[in-house]
Amino acid sequence: MSDMQDYKSSLTDTASRKFETFSYLPAMTAEQTRAQIEYIVSKGWNPGIEHTEPENARSNYWYMWKLPMFGETNVDAILAEIENCHKAHPDNHVRLLGFDNFKQSAGASMVIYRGKTV
Amino acid sequence: MAENKYSAGVKEYRETYWMPEYTPKDTDILACFKITPQDGVPREEVAAAVAAESSTGTWTTVWTDLLTDLDYYKGRAYAIEDVPGDDTCFYAFVAYPIDLFEEGSMVNVLTSLVGNVFGFKALRALRLEDIRFPVAYVMTCNGPPQGIQVERDIMNKYGRPLLGCTIKPKLGLSAKNYGRACYEGLRGGLDFTKDDENVNSQPFMRWRHRFDFVMEAIHKAEAETGERKGHYLNVTAPTADEMMRRAEYAKEIGAPIIMHDYLTGGLSANTQLAQWCQDNGMLLHIHRAMHAVLDRNPHHGIHFRVLTKVLRLSGGDHLHSGTVVGKLEGDRDATLGWIDIMRDSYVKEDRSRGIFFDQDWGAMPGVMPVASGGIHVWHMPALVNIFGDDSVLQFGGGTLGHPWGNAAGAAANRVAVEACVEARNMGRELEKEGKEILTAAAKSSPELKMAMETWKEIKFEFDTVDKLDVAHK
Repeated sequence: MSDMQDYKSSLTDTASRKFETFSYLPAMTAEQTRAQIEYIVSKGWNPGIEHTEPENARSNYWYMWKLPMFGETNVDAILAEIENCHKAHPDNHVRLLGFDNFKQSAGASMVIYRGKTV
Repeated sequence: MAENKYSAGVKEYRETYWMPEYTPKDTDILACFKITPQDGVPREEVAAAVAAESSTGTWTTVWTDLLTDLDYYKGRAYAIEDVPGDDTCFYAFVAYPIDLFEEGSMVNVLTSLVGNVFGFKALRALRLEDIRFPVAYVMTCNGPPQGIQVERDIMNKYGRPLLGCTIKPKLGLSAKNYGRACYEGLRGGLDFTKDDENVNSQPFMRWRHRFDFVMEAIHKAEAETGERKGHYLNVTAPTADEMMRRAEYAKEIGAPIIMHDYLTGGLSANTQLAQWCQDNGMLLHIHRAMHAVLDRNPHHGIHFRVLTKVLRLSGGDHLHSGTVVGKLEGDRDATLGWIDIMRDSYVKEDRSRGIFFDQDWGAMPGVMPVASGGIHVWHMPALVNIFGDDSVLQFGGGTLGHPWGNAAGAAANRVAVEACVEARNMGRELEKEGKEILTAAAKSSPELKMAMETWKEIKFEFDTVDKLDVAHK
């Protein structure tokens, strides 16, 4: 039993909170984030940025950062907007979505900046 | 009009029901049967007999035939084809006018198409290979209660396959212990846990206790992880009334998803439940117990692609599809064919995938295929590649069998699926680079590392698994 590892997760430990897709992986490096944005662009999806106070993260509606970037294919421009959102709301979670207007669903959704979890 | 005179007796079927000159209408229901005739019976005669017995015909002429326009109502055998690699049988194509079938009734369609005709003496064996439902008929069916897009919104899961786990042992746990097994899996990172199909309401665990304990497991796991969770509460019951009672209670306690066995429970019950789920905002997971009785024999029964179409029309948001790679290995191309049938809005005829007809689904939502059965973390790269994002990957033993328990097993699978999706999005080839991808992900996940040591590495033999079973196409 000694080499058996306890699963660390509890209501009181805020590190237990997850953020859906990719939140079980280590935070993405800048290079990895770029690759995911390239994927969104290659799929023809519209990038969108949303943010929220951590205490309201379970709501369907996070705050939109401006409007979805319809037709934007410049990866640097998308990265810059993520940065702008993060700078304006440093304590908030910031997520990147790829809106698939044919499926009326997000083809991709990932939290890029994790705020102070509660 | 009155040129038909009544004369009693037995007529050759082919005089009436073999119509090679017939061009099927867009509104016809089309069926492809694989027929193994008795020796010495001509193909046209037996094809016509199948068309007759599955539509208007009976074994002798009756005077009341002349009170109606049977030439309109009859099924028409309009084509015959060889089965590649098998001389004992042939394909027969039959067209049925749409008015032969009650609107929105899979019960009625199957009662005709796979009814008495399957016991017909002139046949040694008979298999319904495919049905083309005209979009005019599709639109009379209720279909999946919510569909893939709505499920993603309800569950807040985007850009990856969903992860599930069937709770084991499948029989014998008390409700409280059962809820514990669910809770551990959910807190470890699963989206869903699942009642085994055998779990209904047995003396050791009555349904109501199970529902209550499982809901507590969901609530606590949601609070702990901040993610949305569900458990397929199996409402399959001895009577449709009892099934509805269980469904109502599941809704009352806030469960997002319930479950039904559509073949053993029956299509009438299933269609009723699916309609209710749509009206009440519930997701519906569908199990397929008994399917192998119907679909496994290559010469007799109903092909699974037909059962898939029937379920999509009767209604369900998830349907078990086979895994291709797990303990219940299925033909890869055939599986890809019925996965398309579940999810796509238009499926083209493609004999290499066993699809005999174009199928237009109109506005009907799609069904999520569920890959379940003998799969573990080493299968993840292949599963993500085969099934894509719109699927549920379900690891039972592959979660619960982790040496550190369910939560660790769940976390291992969650890390693995996310690592595979991330790698796929970066353009990496999952089935070739699977080992490197998982090994890299395990560096930050001791749970995944342990899972990879526990279950044996499988070889990613992309080329050999991909082979076509031409003899059976």
